[in-house]
Amino acid sequence: MMASSYNAKDEDGHITVSGPGGATLRSKKPENTAFKQQRLPAWQPILTAGTVLPAFFIIGLIFIPIGIGLYVTSNNIKEFEIDYTGVDMSSPCFNCSQNYSWNSTKPCTCTIPFHLDQPYESNVFMYYGLSNFYQNHRRYVKSRDDSQLNGAAGSLTEPSKECEPYAYHESKPIAPCGAIANSMFNDTLELFYNDPNGTKIQIPLNKTGIAWFTDKHVKFRNPGGNNPNLTAVFQGTTKPVNWRRPVYELDTDPENNGFINEDFIVWMRTAALPTFRKLYRIIHRKNSMVPTLPRGNYTLEVVYNYPVRSFEGSKRVILSTISWMGGKNPFLGIAYITVGSVCFFLGVVLLIIHHKYGNRNNNADISN
Amino acid sequence: MTWRSPLALVRDYLQGQRAREKDLRNLVSNLPYEGLEKRKQPNRYFLSNAIKTTKYTLLFFIPMNLFEQFHRLANLYFVGLAILNFVPAVNAFQPDVALIPICVILSLTALKDAWEDFRRYQSDRKLNNTPCFIYSRKEKQFVQRRWKDVRVGDFVKVVYNEIIPADLLLLHTSDPSGVCLIETANLDGETNLKQRTVVSGLCNTSPEFEPESFNSIVVCEKPNNNLNHFKCYVEKPDKEKVGAGIESLLLRGCTVRNTDHAVGFVVYAGHETKSMLNNNGPRYKRSKLERKLNTDVIFCVILLFTMCLIGALGHFLWLQALPSVPPYLVPDSNGHLDSPSLSAFYMFFTMIILLQILIPISLYVSIELVKIGQIFFITNDADLYDDDTEVRMQCRALNITEDLGQIEYIFSDKTGTLTENKMVFRRCSIVGTEYPHKENAIRLALLAEVDLEEEVIFNQHPQPPQTSWSLDAEDTNSQDSHRRGSRCKSKVAASAQSDVAFSSPLETEVIPDRKLLQQISRAESSSRRKTDPYLDFFLALAICNTVVVSMATAQRRRVSVSPHAWQTNNALDTLSNVVKNAGCIFTSCWRKPKRNRTVSEGSALEDDSFQPPLKMTGTVNTNGIQTYSLHTPSQGDKPAATLDNLRYEAESPDEAALVYAAKAYGFTLLARTPDSVTVRLPSGEDLVFEVLDTLTFDSNRKRMSVLVRHPITKEYVLYTKGADSAIMELLGTPYAEHLMTRNIAADTQHHLDCYAKEGLRTLCITKKVVSDNVYESWLVDRQRALAAIDNREELIMDTAVQLEKNLSLLGATGIEDRLQENVPDTIMALREAGIQVWVLTGDKPETAVNIGYACRLLEKDDLVINMSCKNKLACTSILDCTLEEVRRYSQDPRNVDTTPDISLVIDGCTLTMAMSPDLQERFVDLAKRCRSVLCCRVTPLQKSRVVKVIREKLKVMTLAVGDGANDVNMIQAADVGIGISGQEGMQAVMASDFAISRFKHLKKLLLVHGHWCYTRLANMIIYFLYKNVAYVNLLFWYQFFCGFSATAMVDYWLMIFFNLFFTSVPPIMFGIMDRDVSAEMLLGVPELYRTGQGAGQYKFSTFWVSILDAFYQSLVCFFIPYLVYMDSDIGIFTFGTPLNTVSLFTILVHLSIEIKTWTVVHWVVMFGSVALYFIVTLAYSAICVTCNPPSNPYWILQNQMADPMFYLICIISTVVALLPRYMFHVLKNSIAPSPLVQARHLDRLDSSTKEQWIKEWRSFRGGGQVKRSRLSTPPSPTLENSVDINPETPTAAENMEDDFTLNVTSQRPVHT
Repeated sequence: MMASSYNAKDEDGHITVSGPGGATLRSKKPENTAFKQQRLPAWQPILTAGTVLPAFFIIGLIFIPIGIGLYVTSNNIKEFEIDYTGVDMSSPCFNCSQNYSWNSTKPCTCTIPFHLDQPYESNVFMYYGLSNFYQNHRRYVKSRDDSQLNGAAGSLTEPSKECEPYAYHESKPIAPCGAIANSMFNDTLELFYNDPNGTKIQIPLNKTGIAWFTDKHVKFRNPGGNNPNLTAVFQGTTKPVNWRRPVYELDTDPENNGFINEDFIVWMRTAALPTFRKLYRIIHRKNSMVPTLPRGNYTLEVVYNYPVRSFEGSKRVILSTISWMGGKNPFLGIAYITVGSVCFFLGVVLLIIHHKYGNRNNNADISN
Repeated sequence: MTWRSPLALVRDYLQGQRAREKDLRNLVSNLPYEGLEKRKQPNRYFLSNAIKTTKYTLLFFIPMNLFEQFHRLANLYFVGLAILNFVPAVNAFQPDVALIPICVILSLTALKDAWEDFRRYQSDRKLNNTPCFIYSRKEKQFVQRRWKDVRVGDFVKVVYNEIIPADLLLLHTSDPSGVCLIETANLDGETNLKQRTVVSGLCNTSPEFEPESFNSIVVCEKPNNNLNHFKCYVEKPDKEKVGAGIESLLLRGCTVRNTDHAVGFVVYAGHETKSMLNNNGPRYKRSKLERKLNTDVIFCVILLFTMCLIGALGHFLWLQALPSVPPYLVPDSNGHLDSPSLSAFYMFFTMIILLQILIPISLYVSIELVKIGQIFFITNDADLYDDDTEVRMQCRALNITEDLGQIEYIFSDKTGTLTENKMVFRRCSIVGTEYPHKENAIRLALLAEVDLEEEVIFNQHPQPPQTSWSLDAEDTNSQDSHRRGSRCKSKVAASAQSDVAFSSPLETEVIPDRKLLQQISRAESSSRRKTDPYLDFFLALAICNTVVVSMATAQRRRVSVSPHAWQTNNALDTLSNVVKNAGCIFTSCWRKPKRNRTVSEGSALEDDSFQPPLKMTGTVNTNGIQTYSLHTPSQGDKPAATLDNLRYEAESPDEAALVYAAKAYGFTLLARTPDSVTVRLPSGEDLVFEVLDTLTFDSNRKRMSVLVRHPITKEYVLYTKGADSAIMELLGTPYAEHLMTRNIAADTQHHLDCYAKEGLRTLCITKKVVSDNVYESWLVDRQRALAAIDNREELIMDTAVQLEKNLSLLGATGIEDRLQENVPDTIMALREAGIQVWVLTGDKPETAVNIGYACRLLEKDDLVINMSCKNKLACTSILDCTLEEVRRYSQDPRNVDTTPDISLVIDGCTLTMAMSPDLQERFVDLAKRCRSVLCCRVTPLQKSRVVKVIREKLKVMTLAVGDGANDVNMIQAADVGIGISGQEGMQAVMASDFAISRFKHLKKLLLVHGHWCYTRLANMIIYFLYKNVAYVNLLFWYQFFCGFSATAMVDYWLMIFFNLFFTSVPPIMFGIMDRDVSAEMLLGVPELYRTGQGAGQYKFSTFWVSILDAFYQSLVCFFIPYLVYMDSDIGIFTFGTPLNTVSLFTILVHLSIEIKTWTVVHWVVMFGSVALYFIVTLAYSAICVTCNPPSNPYWILQNQMADPMFYLICIISTVVALLPRYMFHVLKNSIAPSPLVQARHLDRLDSSTKEQWIKEWRSFRGGGQVKRSRLSTPPSPTLENSVDINPETPTAAENMEDDFTLNVTSQRPVHT
């Protein structure tokens, strides 16, 4: 009994002197391990001119070629841009832009001629660009119902609260709901090549393959499974307020209609910055002999539906070839070249410093 | 259980409340009421003995814990934010997700609390179920119950080696004299036995105690936590009141020792016991770094508000600039758009939610984790482990590890801190004759030589202070050698020490002085033997103390000794082994000098000195006394069993040393009970002195007395011993019939001064014969004082003072307290580390100065200012003059190199004057200029006052280190309190923040662990703040491109994970494990410690530089991707992905620039973090199709990672972001390397070259301090001035009749 009471005392946290660090009092010599004695083998770099010199030169040597490569690639990308907002009196679209609002029913068309100086050899990507359009506004970004777009039947009839005030119209659920869908870009752009002999050839624009593969096949789905009769599927819903046509009439192709319409998908991927472009069409190269867009005169025919004057925005059409690094952007190349040069220069500076102070660091600093 | 109305219950509760609150409690025995229902029990209102230390109950854990946690401001802030998320107007993306971080933090803390509480619950249960014996009326005997069954009013029997279950009023013990010995190690850590006596006059008549016959009422005070104080009286049925105090109270948690059994009446139980009331949790201290951190967090808050304000303003302007309502401006659900100003107002709060991570909530959790890790490493340091006592370093305060790296002032106790506190009797002076005990000195010296290592260290010391005062010229040699011995710690002694408190034979053995032995034997045989001063002297040594005699058979083990060490040995074996070993060593030592010293002494003398016992036996035998021979073998070859089995346990080691000394001369203390002391005289006679009273020691009187009745002369004799200052004033007539022409007092004082100069602790021994009628009248006063309830202490002290006057001086003793090992080395290192070391001691100035030189607190070349004056005017003028002088000294540019360091020696009463409000400033100013300060004769209160004044006036980090109860105040007053678990119990340790076992451990604790902890934590905190600002700013910059609408371009989950998982482990690991300079370097070059002092690495500018760097880096991380993706078809969250990744790389690579030492752990954690980021984000992107609107990062990272641009952006952004910091480090390290960087360079050299460099470096750096005065001409002109201070200020000095001394000397005081 005595022994048991003794043990009770030893373990007892109230009376013993150990306090919170109770374990520390246990009379046990600490283990002599490298970890516990903080003697793990270690690499102890010291950043001095001498030691980091190679790093700077290596960075310089690697960055400059990359930068040059990037710059050249970017320069090889051909890009052509037309602003068709129609702010200018001289602009063909001036009239349309003046008279237009979301609620007009009469389509307004304008034709813009332009000239390409260079032939576009590879596939040409046709973008529309908007500026001053804050697709990244907090409440705008929120105003969508992803599960509705993913084909959930429940969300089709009962859109998420986030979509408000674009969730119901005349007490019918809106499909697709939300401000993003409601403000979808709805200009129609067509491109014609003016043959030198005077004929006007319409250039075939590919409307598929412009959205992300995963968006088209996973994220966006029509409700009702594979039911091809979208009209029936969307029964009981109404179109977004600003839309001319309901969602099931976006395209005639059943693979590109409803929620999986690629123009719609592209629009729904909200842009990060207020000035942005979105892929509109792709002009595929027919054969290797003829350039996709030969040099010459072209006409852009715009069905002007989308008002941008309310936010002082502008609309553009961009024709661009594309490389592995995407669209034309000389910045990265220049940045790499600059940083590489700076590093190289710093390397030289450090070399001088190393010669001046380096010896002292290694041994003589003590006696100094 | 009968039903009772709620009203009755309430009434009962209130009654109980009142009963508990009353100042006096009336307790009666429970026995007559045994078996009755609860409401008939008389003591039902008092708490039962079951304890519950848990904070929570199972049912209410969650609400209670939450309530507890919300007391922290940071948590409240966080919850406030979480609530803000649910306000619809602020348009949070996902209010529920915002709860995650706070939930994680709260639940982590809750888990920790729950675990701790469960541990407490378990130990409570174990304790409550411990068996004990309670008297039962039914069974007419003590029956076994459990602790929780004990109630107030019960009778509890405790047996040998059992723990006392509750606070018991001792009524009966197995000891016929009514004594019960207890060990209070569990309460205060003191391992010496305390004596408790039964309440007198109650039931001590019969041999068996009859609880049923107990019908008195116990009246006691309200429970309090004072362990050394208890007031109560027992009212007998006949209304007679018997007082009882702490000496009759057995405290819960103590262990019964040396007593077969004891019975007590339960006065307090459970939570009302003194030990439970004393059991308060760990103290919470806030470190300097944390205080600084808090101001920086406030700056973060200001920054946050500024950014939010900018956001709100920007939103307002942006809305104003819109010509009409654009399609992207979404009205609320009613189709209504807020006005720009209202939107801007809401936007402010939305911004707060968005940018909230700027306030580093996780920082507090991280700091706690880091500190736990740091403490783990400190406690696991093998160098801080003491093999002798098997004690590790203890960290009692968990949150001030980094303060160890910033110490500027150290206040140290002397006894037991700098010294061993193992007292060895060295010399004595009896009625004016000095007995140098040189044989004893030789023995100690030889013991020391066993330890060669110590010797080497010693040889590096400068010549020890030469004292040539000793009486025999031939003794100079031995003086030297015994000094040597005294400095060094004997390993042999220490190992023998490990299982005995302070009664190791080697330490306590005293070899009697030859002359003194002869003197005693002469006195014994003379006719005047009853009044001989020599006999009286030793009787006083043996009697005048509170030493408890314990027999070796009553061996007990110490708390700290692990059980296995004791498995095999039974107590007797161990002791006899110790004795045997001791004997052997003793023998060998004894033989050695024979060979060595033949030259210096004649052989006749030699024989004489080495066989005194035999000779003695011879002489004594002629007197026909047999027993004396019993004593002799203890000095010879064979250990004696019987007398050596006596072990003395004293509260102060001095007393034990004196009793052992008396024993060596044949005056053996055989037994001590409250009423009597038995002493065996050299003649073998056993004298039993009746102890009439003991006037215990207190720090005001500085003395203690024992009043005994001499068994032969029947005189009342008062033996008093105490500090010379306390005794010398009280001397009356010289020792009566002793016919000495010399003035005994003067001679003794001279000897005392010499002892003190030699560094010995001195005590004066006096005797007084009290006449019968004086005694009678005094007794009346005394009893009145004892019975008093109010002012009891004061009255008792008054009576003591009343009796202690007109004493006759018998003599004085000199006890040596050896310096602990490596103390000079440690003090040197601390001083080189830029720490001012103060020593505060209760010793005499001479003793203190001597120790000061020995431990290198004072140096030979120092200018020592000695301040001691008796009145305030003198004190003022001295302070002024000295200050003036010192100022002139340090300001004079000619003296820059020649100025010796100034040291100040000040005594207690001068200190009091100097610390008075009007002189304080001047004193502090003077002290600031002194390299070291030595305060002598200071009281515990003064100690803490000094610490407080210095700490507050100079605004410096202070550390106090001490080992005894007198240091507790000081330890608590300092920023960091360090307790040394030494000989004087554990009070200091209990009050301390860190506990070490040797003074030398302070060196590594401060120089290495302090430095590491500080740099680690400072860097970690700076990094943490940087990290949050850098990350949050990415979001902020984006606001300029989204109309200040508080859009986040990063998925909310990823944002939370980023802080919570991806970037949290590396800084924590950095805070625990980074090592800027190796331990060897830090110890080898203590100057490196200076980097942490003052503001250290964590400066205000450091904070802002890192914040600016964070701004720059975030700008780079944002705008490089922005420029790349400008006018492209990039989506919001696609744009956020490279930003997030770049940010991760930048933050981690930034850390890797800061990491100084890369171990396996670092690599694993760094790469682990990157891997975790990609794995989690990839998995999340693969799974989340519609799970987290609106971001739904489905396949975004996958898409990005397929794009070469992503990598190109990551690489260039990281490089550009970190280039300035990298360059800054490189340039600084190359052009103007800090000492730390130089040390790191040295670290890379191999060990032999390293040592050489360290030496060279130190001689260069330290040269200015150490060799200064040697290099140039001695500072004579200024010195002369200082010496002339006295004549220079005659006006001030003449006005005072008091004499004062001010010695300014350039050299150590020369003792002649």
